Amino acid sequence: MQLRPILSTLRRHKLTAGLLVLQAAITCAIVCNVVFMIANRVQRISVPTGIAENELSVIQSTGIEKGANPQAQHAADLATLRGIPGVQSAVAVSYSMPLDQSESSSGICPSKQALDRAMQNNSIEGSGCVEPAVYDGTPGLIKTLGLRLVAGRDFRPEEFVSEGKPAVAIVTRALAQHLYPGEQALGKSMYDGDNYVLIVGIVDRLLRPNLRAPGVDGDSLISPRRPPDLSVLYVMRSAPQDRASVLQAASAALLKLNPNRLIPPTRMQTYQEIRAEYFQRDTTMIGLLLASALGLLFVTALGITGLANFWVQQRRRSIGIRRAIGATRGDIVRYFLTENFLIVSVGIVLGMLLAFLLNGVLMQHYELPRLPLFYLPIGALLLWGLGQLAVLGPALRAAAVPPVVATRSV
Amino acid sequence: MFGYYIQMALRSLKRSPILTALMVLAIGLGIGASMTMITVLHVMTNDPLPGRSAMLFTPHLDPLPLNHKHRGDGPDPTDNLTWPDAMALLNAHPATRQAASAGGSLLVRPARADVRPFNVSGRYATADFLSLFGVPFAHGQGWSAADDASRNHVVVLSETLARKLFGDASGIGQAVRLGDSDFRVIGVTADWRPQPMFYADLSAQSFGDADQFFLPLSTAVDLKFQTSGNQSSWGKGDSGDSMTSGEMTWLQFWVQLDSAAQVQAYHQFLIDYSAQQKSLGRFQRPPTDAKLYSLMGWLAHKNLVPTDVRLQLWLALGFLLVCIVNIVALLLAKFLRRSGEISVRRALGARRRDIFQQLGIESALIGVAGGVLGLVIAQLGLWSVRHRPDDYAQLAQMDMLMLFGTFALAVFASILAGLLPAWRACRVPPALQLKTS
Repeated sequence: MQLRPILSTLRRHKLTAGLLVLQAAITCAIVCNVVFMIANRVQRISVPTGIAENELSVIQSTGIEKGANPQAQHAADLATLRGIPGVQSAVAVSYSMPLDQSESSSGICPSKQALDRAMQNNSIEGSGCVEPAVYDGTPGLIKTLGLRLVAGRDFRPEEFVSEGKPAVAIVTRALAQHLYPGEQALGKSMYDGDNYVLIVGIVDRLLRPNLRAPGVDGDSLISPRRPPDLSVLYVMRSAPQDRASVLQAASAALLKLNPNRLIPPTRMQTYQEIRAEYFQRDTTMIGLLLASALGLLFVTALGITGLANFWVQQRRRSIGIRRAIGATRGDIVRYFLTENFLIVSVGIVLGMLLAFLLNGVLMQHYELPRLPLFYLPIGALLLWGLGQLAVLGPALRAAAVPPVVATRSV
Repeated sequence: MFGYYIQMALRSLKRSPILTALMVLAIGLGIGASMTMITVLHVMTNDPLPGRSAMLFTPHLDPLPLNHKHRGDGPDPTDNLTWPDAMALLNAHPATRQAASAGGSLLVRPARADVRPFNVSGRYATADFLSLFGVPFAHGQGWSAADDASRNHVVVLSETLARKLFGDASGIGQAVRLGDSDFRVIGVTADWRPQPMFYADLSAQSFGDADQFFLPLSTAVDLKFQTSGNQSSWGKGDSGDSMTSGEMTWLQFWVQLDSAAQVQAYHQFLIDYSAQQKSLGRFQRPPTDAKLYSLMGWLAHKNLVPTDVRLQLWLALGFLLVCIVNIVALLLAKFLRRSGEISVRRALGARRRDIFQQLGIESALIGVAGGVLGLVIAQLGLWSVRHRPDDYAQLAQMDMLMLFGTFALAVFASILAGLLPAWRACRVPPALQLKTS
């Protein structure tokens, strides 16, 4: 294939070719960044929580009776809930679950010295102290949530307290590593400002109710403390297909047991609904990003096809002459494919520079990480493929031009 | 001549229907996506109280100790005022009207047996609140400063809540049980729902349902009602009643100032007040930290538009840009294909200006058609935005301004796209084309 004739033709159509290059470049730049953003969001929404997500459902109950004993009510409620057909186990937690947004967190230190350092600096930074999310609940919490113990043991029934602070805790592996880097955390005593808290168990993973940064999202602490308030969240474990019926039965049973309570319909959820709600903006964004990437590629393909069609019509005569003097149909198709390849290639080179510029702007304003280099060859392949596909139709039409055209005057 | 050009343009567009359709589709998609996002941004940065907003201002003081470190992700404590500061500003009353308020959610226990207890959100406010913002009344009236002072159990309900509690009767004079206390209904407001809810704690909630009740702030403090906004405290020991503590901010404060001189004077008053508090040892930071925001200035300062929405807007505009470049290329091809026709017209005496005009009108026609399509696509886009569960979603409606904006943007974009091709085409030499073809 000779490039010379293609280049000299393009030189005569600088403006149109330039516009195609520009369009390919902008599309390449935007699509590279959009695909990168999609990948980031997908990674964000697929974070594992560490709990048995598709077997859990929750129902919130807020007592409105003054002077009632909340914990006695919780115990009675739990006994009722455990009697519902399909419920394998049930526990009460204060108000939160992973990705459930309202979070209770408190500073905790590996030692008293670390706390003194933090007090001195008036900041938790660099002191060795961390700020984990704190979960509480009634006995059976670890089993009901489906947490995986990797060291130590579950709480003993006598370790659960109804008021005050418990003397033991179970931490996540991430928290254990952050508190005691390179050491065995099991059996260590953490200092919470007033008391020492013994680590009796380590679970593999338990995500925070609110994500902060990837490094600290796994920092959670489970405290054997019964929920003290009138407002409580009941967590029930059942087979996935039973969840809807369990929730309906639970609401009816709780109101029957004691009607002096509020059960907001928005807080009768399967865990998957909680998770979907947390990531709702991200899923919307993924949809929009995907739609705009496809839209951009579609419009670019339209442009390429439209212009190629125009060029084929404009060059009917010269195509005919080439055919008459011996060029095969394949030669003609290859000519147009190569021409498109050249244009798109220039566009891609320009587009990669633009992609990095755009990424720089996005990094500044939208906390996007740096675009990894491997996105560039992917973007290039995508655009080359798109260009070849878009130009194929017009090229085949060009190949169908009969050699006899050369002998006619227009 | 204009009518003739339009006729010619229509004829030319009809000659290549597929190309025309592609161009209209491209511009329609770009305009539709852009107008959807511009409309969302427009409703989020709207003036919530047209006509009154220019006179409303919110003062902000900085009572934080010098060694206080603000955590980046938490709400700014100086967004709100402490109880002592709010009361001091209220009692000095240098403004035409001034009111302190805080949001709250209360349990309502209806007297009717057929309605189960439910939670409603409303505001605890001082007497001037309702007249300051011009909240319209359907029945009755608001409370007085005397009610504030004696912490009376009076309440103003929204029409919606009154209807839910009392059926069709206005309910004036009736008792309603809020939390664990009885309140006497003295007024019912017509629906009042400015969006964004500029007067509330914007870090906690910025768009949402109308307030269902208003009751005296002093009564709420007296009864220790829960508030729904942020409470930021920095004191070491919690001494006594935290709601009236000078080390916790939780109150929103608004004033009405009618003239520039009054604004100036009020700002000076804030600085003087801060200086006085500093000399008393309560404030530690420079008195010039005291700020007075206008309503729109405050909204801009709080920046209510989520970064995702901004990103979506840029994405849509980027898409429109690619669509425009696309149309430039297609129009160029289309116009140059008619070099023959153009050179004949030029040879017959048409000036470059005439050719330019004719082709410009042709691109504008594509823009008008693209605008119509864009409008349909934007309505679809807004419909899908309204189905998002975000709190601002329900507001996503086009007003007249956005409607005309759509067409203006479409025609502007298409004329912009037509400029280069038309310029190139009107430089076709008169005779040369005739010769070769």
